[in-house]
Parts: sequence; structure tokens; C-alpha cells
Amino acid sequence: MDMISSLLRRPATPSILSLIGVLVFYVIFGGVDLDRLSGAASWVNYAARIGIVALPVALLMISGEIDISIGAMIPAGAMTTAIIAGHYGLPMGVAILGALAIGVVVGLFNGILATRTSVPTLIITLGTLVAMQGIVLAGSKLLTGGASVPLTSPAWAKTIFGDFIFGGSHQVVILWWVVLTAVFWFLAHLSKYGNWIFAMGGDKVSARNAGIPVDLITILLFVGTATSASFVGMCHAILFNSAQVSGGMNDIFNIVVSVVVGGVLLTGGFGSIIGVFVGTITFAIVIKGIDFTAIDRNWANLIIGVMLLAAVAMNETFRKKAMTAVTKKKKG
Amino acid sequence: MSATTPVIELRNVDKSFGPIDVLHEISLKVRAGEVLCLLGDNGAGKSTLIKTLAGVHAPTRGEILVDGEPVTFSGPKDAQNRGIATVHQFGGTYPLMSVGRNFFMGEEPTIGFGPFKIFDRKTANKIAVEEVQKMGITRITDGDRLVGGLSGGERQSLAIARAVYFGARVLILDEPTAALGVKQAAHVLRIVNEAKRRGLAVIFITHQVMHAMTVGDHFAVLIRGAIAADFRKGEKTREEITDLMAGGETMADLEASIEGYMETHDGHAPQMNTAG
Ligand SMILES: Nc1ncnc2c1ncn2[C@@H]1O[C@H](COP(=O)(O)OP(=O)(O)OP(=O)(O)O)[C@@H](O)[C@H]1O
Ligand SMILES: [Mg+2]
Repeated sequence: MDMISSLLRRPATPSILSLIGVLVFYVIFGGVDLDRLSGAASWVNYAARIGIVALPVALLMISGEIDISIGAMIPAGAMTTAIIAGHYGLPMGVAILGALAIGVVVGLFNGILATRTSVPTLIITLGTLVAMQGIVLAGSKLLTGGASVPLTSPAWAKTIFGDFIFGGSHQVVILWWVVLTAVFWFLAHLSKYGNWIFAMGGDKVSARNAGIPVDLITILLFVGTATSASFVGMCHAILFNSAQVSGGMNDIFNIVVSVVVGGVLLTGGFGSIIGVFVGTITFAIVIKGIDFTAIDRNWANLIIGVMLLAAVAMNETFRKKAMTAVTKKKKG
Repeated sequence: MSATTPVIELRNVDKSFGPIDVLHEISLKVRAGEVLCLLGDNGAGKSTLIKTLAGVHAPTRGEILVDGEPVTFSGPKDAQNRGIATVHQFGGTYPLMSVGRNFFMGEEPTIGFGPFKIFDRKTANKIAVEEVQKMGITRITDGDRLVGGLSGGERQSLAIARAVYFGARVLILDEPTAALGVKQAAHVLRIVNEAKRRGLAVIFITHQVMHAMTVGDHFAVLIRGAIAADFRKGEKTREEITDLMAGGETMADLEASIEGYMETHDGHAPQMNTAG
């Protein structure tokens, strides 16, 4: 009983409940075969794609800010890789650095604007989102004459960034996602920097007064979101041997929804990396797992909408519960 | 250090925000083991004054001396490192974080080495609970408890305990009793006395004359950013202090002006107009 009530106060709990809810729903109403679902690669690949970006976005949201320019950064990373390595035939190492560099530059731009002005970061990154879409489209046309660029990758790049693992159809980005989850978990919950990020989301002025380098951390977090998005784009270009200008807009919503379903408060200051990991899995199962059910796939969006509202409501009640909880002395 | 050297001193400090002059020619001294009560109406500049002392704002003119040495603070952290701990009027704690994490914010104890240093939750919780209990808040026994679940007085005590633990020599409290009930306010006042007994210099801001008179050794009244009165305990009566706090007008004058206003405005009381 005590264990249940303390479990209910953990920030990851709402996301675990959402996952169980979705699975139960799919089994009962969709007749899903859990063995087949767990063996399938489609949803895991998808989870890895959005999950790699969801991790830094979660940290940024915990710090009280948001970045929607990630939607343009995934295609930007892919196009940069394809233009450098495919169109110009330069070494893949240069292309990879180029793709990551464009993420760093846009992240610095967002972060510096966010710390130098009082414009809400939703608006700042909406600006960079649209601007980057323009740059990527016009730039690709200008440099390559088209909106789709093929490339060939050396074996090492394929193995590290864009291959299939376990001899099946699981992509290597899944490993990146799992490793990055561990890194972000360490950063957010074990290192002192995590403490600072939570404090920034709780009360930015107090955090600054406590001597925390609020501006520097904000800038680094923006660099993290933009760079992880360009990284995902780069991996996809290497995997599929081509890059297209389109795509990426849906990712904004999918990533933010995964983070919120993962138990991160929209107002900042509360959340967990484990929760976001589970939230991402839940989201991917809803979107891709629906193909394993008897349910028409158009219903997936309805489920996501319901899940999002339920998550926001749960996050709110869990936050209240966490605050009013009075734990007894016996466990430290 | 001789007993006569103030721990902290301000000499002719001015502070302006662009064209707005908030503080004029402020000179003050606080010695170890002494409580200075800073009094004044809303918008008089009390919070601005203590933010200047806390390194949040740099003075526009004038100098700040610590132990008789002129100093310039590069930021709040610099002031803290010199032993000036401030509990600001708003914020200061993070409701959705635990007691232990709040207590050590920005000063986290870690175990491990290199990039693998991890926050030492056990030690942090243990010390935080011990220190808060020393301040008399015995109801806090679990360092994992979220601060949002504590009462206002418990939160203030946590912030004060933190300042004392990190070796503060000057403790600045901006209206720590403002939102508190009688019992909790009394508790905070006891903590102020405890800090004073330990030899800290305390600057205490309040709107409540009774609270000021309970702990203060020395009083300074700020009116529109200037020091209008500076006196020691016992030199003025409660009524005189109340009048000074109302911005220099006596209560009798205020009452007369309200009556006058009501005569010319069909019996309506004037709108309250508070700044800051
Ligand atoms: N950053 C700022 N920029 C411009 N004006 C400011 C700034 N901070 C404070 N002021 C102005 O300085 C004046 C004094 O404010 P301050 O907060 O110091 O008052 P206070 O004495 O603490 O009042 P209260 O009792 O209500 O807390 C106010 O008129 C306020 O509007
Ligand atoms: Mg004030």
C-alpha cells in the first residue's frame, strides 16, 4: 500500500499508465498479438527516430522553454548530409560534421535570442522553423536544382549511423536512442546539472540568484535540441541513401506529445527521462502498432488526442499529489 | 577584526534603472551580532537596496564595503562567496524539488570522479534535514519530500537554514514574515534571534512594526529611496515608527486626508495605489 502510493508520486508513472492503457486497448479492441507487436521493428524504429530528439526537448521543456524549430532541423540535417556527400561528392566525414554544425549554429541562434530578448521561445523557434524551411528548400534548389538528392555512404558510416541490426529490420539508431537515454538520464537525475535545469524550470530568477549559469545552460539546451534533430536527419539520409526537402513538420507535434505523455509539465520544472522514454514508446506503439490491430489506422490520431489530454490531466494531478505527499520517516 | 568594523557598509549608494532613480545616497552599517531593520512603504526601494547588497544589481554610484574593504560584486554568487546570503522577497525555493535538492541548489555535494560525479542525495538529504531541524522545524524528517508541500514558514526556515549552513556572515531577509500566520512568524523571528546569537549580521525587512521591534537593534527608514531616519532600539516609540513607515506622514495626517477626500468625493474612500 505504501509502495503503491509512493509509486504514484513518481514522475514516470503517468507514462507507464498510458502505455498499459494503450496495450490493453489494442489487445481488447484490436485483437493485437503481443508477440508479433513486440517483435516488430516498425514502431521501435519510429520510437528511436523521435526519441533521440525527445530527450533534449524534454530537458529543454523541464527548464521551462520549448523548441519547435526541430521540425525543420530533421530535413535540414538530412539535406546537408546529402548535398555535401552526394551532390558535391565530398567525404562522408565532412558531411556529418556539416550536418551537426548546422544544428549547432541554429541552436546557438535560438539560445542566444532566447537569453537576450524576452520573446517567448515558442515564437523565436517558430521564426527559425519557418526560416530554416525556406533556407533548406531554396538552398537545395539553388545548389542541386532539385528537392531530392541521392547519396552513397561508405561502409563505416552505414554501420554506425544507418544500418540494420540483428540481421533484421531494426535500425542502428535504436542503439543510439538507448545509449542517449542513459546519458540523458544521468545528466538529468544524477548529475548536479540536472538539478540546475529543474531549478530553472521551477523559478528562473531564483536559479540565477543561486549562482546557476542560467543563460549558458539555456543556450546549450537549444544547441542540444537542434543538433539532435539534425543528427536524426543525417542518420536517415545515410540509411535511405537519399534526402528530401519535405517532411519533419509532423515530427514537431509527435515529439512534443511524446514528451508530455512522458510526464513532463508544460510549465517546466517537473518530469523524468524514464517517463519520456516510455512516453515515446507509447506514442510509437499507437502510431505504428495500430497496423497490427483490426482497428482502422485513421483512428490513431483520435487515440493520440485522448492520450494527450489524459496525460496533461494526469501530470497535473500527479504534480499536486507529489507536493502534498507527506512521506514517513522510515524510508530515507 | 575589531568589534567596531562593520561587516557590511554602504557609502552614498545610488541606484537608477535608466532614468528612474530608485535609491539616493544610502549610507548604512551593520555589525556582527546586530539586526538592522529596514522599514519603509511599498515601493520605497527596500528590495532594490538588498538586491544591490546581494550582487543582483550593481550600484550606480557609491561603494559597498565588506569588513572595511571596498568591494564590487560580479554577481549574486560572488556576494554569496563573500558571506552575504539573501533570502529574497519572492521565490528562493523550488516547489517541485525535494528538500535536499533545494537546500544544496548551486552547491551540490557530489560523489564519484571526472564526468561521472553524481549528486550525493543521501548526504544532501541528511544535512538538509539536520540543519532545518536545528532551526526548530522538527516536522521535516524526509529530505526527499517536495518543498511545495511545506508551509510558508517552513520554506522560509529552509532558506534561512541554508544561508546559515553555507557560512553566511550577513543574512539578508526580505519580508520573511509577510505571508505568515502569527505562530510561523514568531518562529522566523526566533530564527533571526538565533542567527544574531551566532554572530551573524542580519538585515531584516518588514512592514510589521511589532516584528521589527521584537528583533531589531537598529532601524533605518527608507522613504522614496532615501534614508529618512536612522535610530537605535529604544530611541523611538512604536507610534513614531509606525508614522515613519507610513512614508513620513503621521497616522493622524493620513486619517485627516482620507476624511478630506471623502468629503470631496461623495463619501468614497480613495483608491489604494500601491507600487512595487
Ligand atoms: N528593475 C527595475 N527597473 C525599473 N524600476 C524598478 C526596478 N526594480 C524596482 N524598480 C522600482 O523601484 C521602486 C522600488 O522598488 P522596490 O521593489 O525596491 O520596493 P520595496 O520597498 O521593496 O517595496 P515592497 O514593500 O512593496 O516590497 C519601485 O518604484 C519599483 O517600481
Ligand atoms: Mg520589496
